Amino acid sequence: MDSGFWSGYLWPTIWIVIQIVIVVGPLLGAVAYLTLAERKILGAIQLRQGPMVVGPFGLLQPLADGLKLFVKETIVPAGANRAVFFIAPMLTFLLSLVAWAVIPFGDNMVIANINVGVLYLFAISSLGVYGIIMAGWASNSRYAFLGGLRSAAQMVSYEVSIGFIIISVLLCAGSLNLSEIVRAQEGLWFFIPLFPMFIVFFVSALAETNRAPFDLPEGESEITGGFMVEYSAMTYALFFLGEYANMILMSAFATILFLGGWLPPLSIPPFTWVPGPIWFILKICVVLFVFIWVRGTMPRYRYDQLMRLGWKVFLPFSLGWVIVTAGVLVTFGWLPE
Amino acid sequence: MSVIDRTARSFLLTELITGMALTLRYMFRPKATLNYPYEKGLLSPRFRGEHALRRYPNGEERCIACKLCEAICPAQAITIEAEPRDDGSRRTTRYDIDMTKCIFCGFCQEACPVDAIVEGPNFEYSTETREELFYNKDKLLANGDRWEAQLAANIAADAPYR
Repeated sequence: MDSGFWSGYLWPTIWIVIQIVIVVGPLLGAVAYLTLAERKILGAIQLRQGPMVVGPFGLLQPLADGLKLFVKETIVPAGANRAVFFIAPMLTFLLSLVAWAVIPFGDNMVIANINVGVLYLFAISSLGVYGIIMAGWASNSRYAFLGGLRSAAQMVSYEVSIGFIIISVLLCAGSLNLSEIVRAQEGLWFFIPLFPMFIVFFVSALAETNRAPFDLPEGESEITGGFMVEYSAMTYALFFLGEYANMILMSAFATILFLGGWLPPLSIPPFTWVPGPIWFILKICVVLFVFIWVRGTMPRYRYDQLMRLGWKVFLPFSLGWVIVTAGVLVTFGWLPE
Repeated sequence: MSVIDRTARSFLLTELITGMALTLRYMFRPKATLNYPYEKGLLSPRFRGEHALRRYPNGEERCIACKLCEAICPAQAITIEAEPRDDGSRRTTRYDIDMTKCIFCGFCQEACPVDAIVEGPNFEYSTETREELFYNKDKLLANGDRWEAQLAANIAADAPYR
């Protein structure tokens, strides 16, 4: 064994594992507390208090919930395809975590600074639909199957418009590298020139993460929980974690594309004293708050309305905006190198 | 004109924004929920909760075994047996209320000529067994002793309206 093995292979591996732990650990904590924040904010909107009993202001509630889900029994329906039934939640959960590899938390603070970061994120978020379809099919339940079908149609529809939105951002940034996209926003965050695209992106992100008002795959009032209906205990918890991690991921994506990532609002002293990752996390929190706020405000879309909004409003609108953006950039010679 | 108006409204998301503003305003209103075991709501002096048998200030029990409460009880939850006591006064030897039958209509306290049986402000008396809800005379008198201050205050507060 020569020193090349250590310096060339093992240390980089250990270093990457450490980085992954540094990212994933706080991420799971954030997911846990996002559930509490959601219950608290929804409660406040509905003039309730939310969890108050477990710990001060209910702050230990996520731990209690997690413990409960850990010790419960996993029930597999009689007609279920066992292998697929168990792979589905794992897939959902894994996909929501691997996407974080390319998210830049600050200047050069990223696990894998690849040049096609946007495509990677887009591909991973598209794969997310597989977990849900597999869960819906493997459960051998009509409700779950309906939920899976809805989710497939919904995620595919909204990915199309997300694709065009990303293209218009790429036109302005001139790079597929997420860190470069953030650096291109120095001085002017993209949500100002591309404001309509920011709104469309946010709404599509709601649909992409199956959040209210687009939570048709779950639809607890019509199909009693949709694709998750047969899941219990840890398998359910994995879906739950995956969904919330996806929410945080889409918020991070929106922050990077439109809200200037780790950049401070103004490049003058009081703002530049705060380190970049703090700004990044603050922006994610704001977007997440809007996620929950929307859930507390909007009723669920009907299925045909959902499809109409995706295909007949968002798709032409975002397509048109890509053309307008490209035209403006070329006409005024603002195209990035 | 109305077409332009409508299109502008839907593209500027006015209705969505009004809705979001409304929920945001509600978020800062005082909460309607009470944090129950630690905070409790106000009860009317007429509140009909757990029963109690009261005593006179000298310690003599008020009940004279007239059995009006037993007669009026629509759920037939009350059972009374009576005998003359050694001093010649008429007293109950048994006064049972089956709390699982009681419908808390308050007729017993309305019927009582001496304000002996009353329904007090206590509603937190759940038990782990059914048998504990079959109240006997000792239990009812103990309730009366425990809640007397509040029972007397409630009766005094309600007196002007009777």
